[in-house]
Amino acid sequence: MRRYSGFLLTLIILAAIVAGFFVYPQSPIGKWRPWRLGLDLVGGAHLVYQVDLSQVASDDQASVLEGLRDVIERRVNLFGVAEPQVYLAKTGDRSELIVELAGIKSVDEAVKQIGETPFLDFREVKEAIQNGTSTIAFIPTALNGRYITGAKLDFDQTTQKPQVALSFTSEGSKIFEELTGRNIGKPIAIFLDNELISWPTVQQKISGGNAVITGVTLEDARELIKRFNAGALPAPITLIDQLTISPSLGADSLNKGIVAGLVGTALVMLFMIFYYRLLGVFASLALIIYIAFILGIFKIVPITLTLAGLAGFILTIGMAVDANILIFERVKEELKKGLSRTSAIAEGFRRAWPSIRDSNTSTIITALVLYFFTSSFVQGFALTLLIGVLISMFSAITTTRLFLMMFLKDKPQRPTTHN
Amino acid sequence: MLNIIGYKNWFFAFSGIIIILAIAAIVVFGFRQGVDFSGGTLWKFSIAENRPQAAELQKLLEDDLKLSDVRVNYDPANQNFLVRLPSEAQTSHEQWLTMLTDKYPSIKEQSFQTIGPSVGRELRTKAILAVVLVLVGISLYIAFAFRKVYRPVSSWKYGWITLFTLFHDVIIPAGLLAVLGYFRGVEIDGNFIVALLVIMGFSVHDTIVVFDRIRENLFLDRGKMEFGTVINQSINQTLARSINTSLTLILVLVALYFAGPITLRYFILTLLVGTVVGIYSSIFIASPLLLVWQRFSARKE
Repeated sequence: MRRYSGFLLTLIILAAIVAGFFVYPQSPIGKWRPWRLGLDLVGGAHLVYQVDLSQVASDDQASVLEGLRDVIERRVNLFGVAEPQVYLAKTGDRSELIVELAGIKSVDEAVKQIGETPFLDFREVKEAIQNGTSTIAFIPTALNGRYITGAKLDFDQTTQKPQVALSFTSEGSKIFEELTGRNIGKPIAIFLDNELISWPTVQQKISGGNAVITGVTLEDARELIKRFNAGALPAPITLIDQLTISPSLGADSLNKGIVAGLVGTALVMLFMIFYYRLLGVFASLALIIYIAFILGIFKIVPITLTLAGLAGFILTIGMAVDANILIFERVKEELKKGLSRTSAIAEGFRRAWPSIRDSNTSTIITALVLYFFTSSFVQGFALTLLIGVLISMFSAITTTRLFLMMFLKDKPQRPTTHN
Repeated sequence: MLNIIGYKNWFFAFSGIIIILAIAAIVVFGFRQGVDFSGGTLWKFSIAENRPQAAELQKLLEDDLKLSDVRVNYDPANQNFLVRLPSEAQTSHEQWLTMLTDKYPSIKEQSFQTIGPSVGRELRTKAILAVVLVLVGISLYIAFAFRKVYRPVSSWKYGWITLFTLFHDVIIPAGLLAVLGYFRGVEIDGNFIVALLVIMGFSVHDTIVVFDRIRENLFLDRGKMEFGTVINQSINQTLARSINTSLTLILVLVALYFAGPITLRYFILTLLVGTVVGIYSSIFIASPLLLVWQRFSARKE
């Protein structure tokens, strides 16, 4: 390693400089990719919907969820929010759809619009006579809003009443054809958000993938069409969680986080230089390289930086020099034993390794548990902590070692004094 | 050289009293659970001019907006109002904001959060599970990492003592939060659990450093010295690095506490207390416990 140490160190420093420019948003390469910041840093809304999959066969659930996400995504895109995020999550047995709208002004309106996406389904009608009274049962079928490709306003040719013409996907038309074939002369019920809106009687088997909903007012028909064209839901959803953060609070958190990070870094560097002198200078340089690398990784992956994630990252700044402290203390001891500088440094690294390994492993265990057993907000923290530990081991061990190899040589004539 | 082993009973007594106080605070006061855990709605805003009293605001919300089950608190540390509502009220809060803006033009909304009761329950279960897993995971790892340790103390005892030290380091900040909850209305949320887990991950660092040195000295010494002397020597040899590694973390935490985002204040405070307690326990509690246990089992044999 010693032979190439100069080359390796130059490479690391150059990479860190590139990373530094990339991290800074105003620089030419920084503009190439924007930072991805969490809602708690830019403000906005985080909405969690529970998806009711009880009516969906288990084989179909994955495709229904995909379809649901696409529909909501199309709707959310109408709000004019930059980069809305719509994604699926699974919490225990519950399927969730999460909508994140960064920087949105009117959250109530958004919630209302998403909530109003209609859930349409077709049901067969079964009449049963029990004890002389007839009861009507509606049997759910496979046909629902996910098979609808579009809707348009139409008028009945004889009565001139408004009606909604629906067109199905090819799969949907097959189901519809089969459904109508089975129910000739009988009604089929159309439910919207679990409310019966009409139950026209089937005259003949309908193929070709078109259906009409009658018995609606002109106003209702228009509203329905608008909603269907934005997309009908393949499964019903309910809002279970909501978090809205004002943009000013977000910006304030971000600014204060950055200031605290800078102050914290400065304090750690001052302490290291004050206590370990020249060795501390190298540790501080390694710390700067660490910060450039980790921020570069966050930005290029990209990892959404939340407030908790920012805090986690700042904590790793305090931890990143831990390995250096362990090594330097050991080096001091070895120097006291009378070893030469280079061999003391080599021994310091070798002897300090078991405790560095064990203590970082315990942090990794913590970060992994946090990541796998908590919700999305905490996961940001866990991920930054995990990446921080891994990168800091590299920076504190490899980078510092290269610095020491380059700049600390044995001075054979004089006795080695240190500090 | 500091004679830490000699005064170990004093340190045990000191920790014992604080642990008892912390447990008593948790049992007597309990935790004030945030919406993360209990479910419900939390609405935060600040009013800069003509700030009303919390009770006044509560009456206004109940009378004019016909909201039931409202609780309004004023948090002087963050200078904002915390309004707690049941979880159903979700969609009409912008109307309320408009009405309040008419009355208090300087109102500034900060956040609005609703969490269903089932989600809260789930988070609580997961939080407890996560704490237990980290406790067990780290302790097992220590028992594994010290498997080649030279006698007189077997490696699983290092694991058990780590477990106890972690508990010590977590219960004290937890007790503090219970006290703050009772007197200052501070609520615990998901961040609090994260803080506890992070304290465990960090506080074990120093313990490992001392244990590692005990392991090494035992190996070099080959049973010539008394175990207590080896421990005392190891603690003293590693004193500077134990303190310094935590000190860098404390420097960063202090920067975050004073200059960082206000929403993280109690999270940082929990971490700060945990880190300080962690230094104390790894120097004055963990290693002396090794000796106590060794003497105890030696007497039995």
